[in-house]
Amino acid sequence: MTLDPRIPAGPVAQAWTHCREGLPLISPLRKRQFTLVVVGSGLAGASAAAALAEQGYRVRLVTYHDSPRRAHSVAAQGGINAAKNSANDGDSIARLFADTVRGGDFRAREAGCHRLAEISSAIINQAVAQGVPFAREYGGTLATRSFGGSLVSRTFYARGQTGQQLLYGAYQALMRQVAAGRVQLLCRRDMVELVTVDGVARGVVCRHLVSGALETITGHAVLLATGGYSNVYYLSTNALQSNASAIWRAHRQGALFANPCFTQIHPTCIPSGDPHQSKLTLMSESLRNDGRLWLPSHPGDARPPDAIPEAERDYFLERQYPAYGNMVPRDVASRRARELCAAGQGVGPGGRSVYLDLAEAIGREGRSAIEARYGNLLAMYERITGDDPLAVPMRIYPAPHYTMGGLWVDYHLMSTIAGLFVLGEANFSEHGANRLGASALMQGLADGLFIAPATVTAWLTGQPLPEVGPDHPACRAALAAAEVRIAALLAVGGRRPVDGFHRELGLLLIDSCGISRNAEGLRRGLEQVAALEASFHADLRLPQQVSGPNAELEKALRLADFFSLAQLMLRDALAREESCGAHFREEHQTPEGEALRDDNHFAHIAAWEFREGGVPLRHTEPLRFSLVQPSQRSYA
Amino acid sequence: MTSRVLSLHLRIWRQLGPQSPGAFENHRLERVSADLSLLEALDLLNERLVAAGERPVHFEHDCREGICGSCGFLVNGQAHGPRLATTVCQLYLRQFADGDCLVLEPWRAAAFPLIQDLAVERAALDRLIAAGGYCSVPIGSAPEANGLLVGREQARSAFETAACIGCGACIASCRNASASLFVAAKLAHLGQLPQGQPERARRAAAMQEQMAAEGFGSCSSQLECEAVCPQQISADWISWMHREARP
Repeated sequence: MTLDPRIPAGPVAQAWTHCREGLPLISPLRKRQFTLVVVGSGLAGASAAAALAEQGYRVRLVTYHDSPRRAHSVAAQGGINAAKNSANDGDSIARLFADTVRGGDFRAREAGCHRLAEISSAIINQAVAQGVPFAREYGGTLATRSFGGSLVSRTFYARGQTGQQLLYGAYQALMRQVAAGRVQLLCRRDMVELVTVDGVARGVVCRHLVSGALETITGHAVLLATGGYSNVYYLSTNALQSNASAIWRAHRQGALFANPCFTQIHPTCIPSGDPHQSKLTLMSESLRNDGRLWLPSHPGDARPPDAIPEAERDYFLERQYPAYGNMVPRDVASRRARELCAAGQGVGPGGRSVYLDLAEAIGREGRSAIEARYGNLLAMYERITGDDPLAVPMRIYPAPHYTMGGLWVDYHLMSTIAGLFVLGEANFSEHGANRLGASALMQGLADGLFIAPATVTAWLTGQPLPEVGPDHPACRAALAAAEVRIAALLAVGGRRPVDGFHRELGLLLIDSCGISRNAEGLRRGLEQVAALEASFHADLRLPQQVSGPNAELEKALRLADFFSLAQLMLRDALAREESCGAHFREEHQTPEGEALRDDNHFAHIAAWEFREGGVPLRHTEPLRFSLVQPSQRSYA
Repeated sequence: MTSRVLSLHLRIWRQLGPQSPGAFENHRLERVSADLSLLEALDLLNERLVAAGERPVHFEHDCREGICGSCGFLVNGQAHGPRLATTVCQLYLRQFADGDCLVLEPWRAAAFPLIQDLAVERAALDRLIAAGGYCSVPIGSAPEANGLLVGREQARSAFETAACIGCGACIASCRNASASLFVAAKLAHLGQLPQGQPERARRAAAMQEQMAAEGFGSCSSQLECEAVCPQQISADWISWMHREARP
């Protein structure tokens, strides 16, 4: 199979302009004859649905939530990047573009990254017009901050709730289209199968989470905006019901899955304690602007933090990276924390956390300034841990957060299944092997507000009317396949509820395919996950309700897909014999312990093809760099 | 963090569906970590119920960090439980004493029909937003954002009302099941910003009209809404709303 990314010919900086100007259009009157199925109501899904409906298309929006406003974009804290150069500190489209390519460690397409940087300013304009209450300067202009190791101040924010405010902007635009009758809201539905007719995506099969009924929802194209898959690790910063089933079902139908092993472990999360803890809560990385990370210099030092004198504290990032200090990229911070904890220097339950200390910032700027900057984060930390972060150092530890991998898409955001578009975190995107802080919201909105509305229209120009109906043989077959799967899970009749299996999968995966990976661990992980999967299908116990709510069945359907995805992640990590971005292979490091990329053999996107009953097939899409030349990262 | 353990008595409202009779069911949680959240304690209980072949307790939840607004039920008669500015997913067992009895009940409001056990349907809130809780701006042609100056204080105040997570606690706590705080917060968010001015009067009228149509009551003036709001949105905004255009 050859992968054609459909990147426009010519200079990278003009690619999007040329592409857009050349895309065919559809007359407004004809648009209402087309129906689009959008799955997911986060920033990408809600904004795409609103934008397409506004153009005149009929849209059916599917979400598992009771309301579109609850999608997990709501939890993004830090901010959204845009190359507005409003701080007059030398930022530009070219610089945001280059930072994105470098941040992704040269494993993303230049043209895609450039497009993102070009669109970034318009996203802020759109959000402000929708009423998003961004932070402002006294003079009334938009405030920005420097974020996650950036040398310029380009991150726009609304306190620590930027994702929430942007999502509500998109949600309100969506509800306006619902009121106008152009969007049909289909809430409380899990997508359990993709419908394809002659190889073209024409709809989805959903399970209604209250009635338990299976339904077919059809259209002329399908847009998946279903987010990332960090919950494969069980404990992650994702919402508990975030899942990979929509993209995994599409993958099984022929959509290639790109770079599944590129998963970001976020350094600043509230660590786990009890085995029944259900999630890891992210504390925005912006805290690293003012917080200093440290550990007791002596392993096993059990004194409370305030009893440890300055001279016996190891500010390890400042020591190892004098230029960047606590602002090194996420993967570097995560790896250093993990190494020191593994060496016995860690604090807290099981020695699995490091201190993030705001004391110096409080001394410098005063308690009220720090409270104003991070108020909601500090309150959240206090609620979860019972400790006051203004009085004692916070304890943090890395946690699975964002997944750069996802369904392979071309420049038009179309997957290898014709008519199946993938937006936001669900696609493998422009973040390469690692995502810059505050770039996820930018990408979700770029895809939904600007890119998909242009490229979906272009694709539809060649599509026949009318749409397929629910009684089409392909719809009936997809529905029957879902019925069979559900019946099989209910029929297992074993002894163990779902959560135990998921917890166990998480422990296996974070150990073998987490912050740091090696061939032996990955091979062992593959065997262990396969064995656990077999035990899941032999010993699962589910409540037998077929109609009515059955949350256990929902979890089991999602976990069954996570098992397969976990194995693909391990395979991908094993095949990628280099370290890049968030993917750190212990066999491939410099003498200083830094990631060692191999541009001769791995300057490509790995895209996996599903094969029923067989080993998945690895395809590659080579990456070429014309504007930013690959260089080894250095934060020394 | 504590490493305390405690035992709790749970009285949980169980109801198979909107048409079925409901009743309280008693459960014991023995020696669980005080560092668990209440929802994690329910997860633990559900794991045991499923293993024992019984139907697990149905409740809504998702982000478990207090921002998505999915979770919410009454704990000992209080929406989201006893802690100020806290959703029930952020309520930790360390809040309680060993041997405490917790009574868990669903939101009760005519506009929130029951689904099962502790879960209710809150789609009425989406319909309130659809009635006018937005700025009618086309996508793709927005003017330069810095062309619109918004004072720092004005932006802060708008943000505070925009922070509503749509959980419904304010409604569940009001004796009239009024959605006044929810609607006022949205009207105040958009009404305080220049972007929201062109539709301000129409929005206020349409959303208040929809509020009545959904079966939400009038403001009871008892300020329970403000007391339970996880985002601590002030009930003063309800007075502010009453000064806006009325239907």
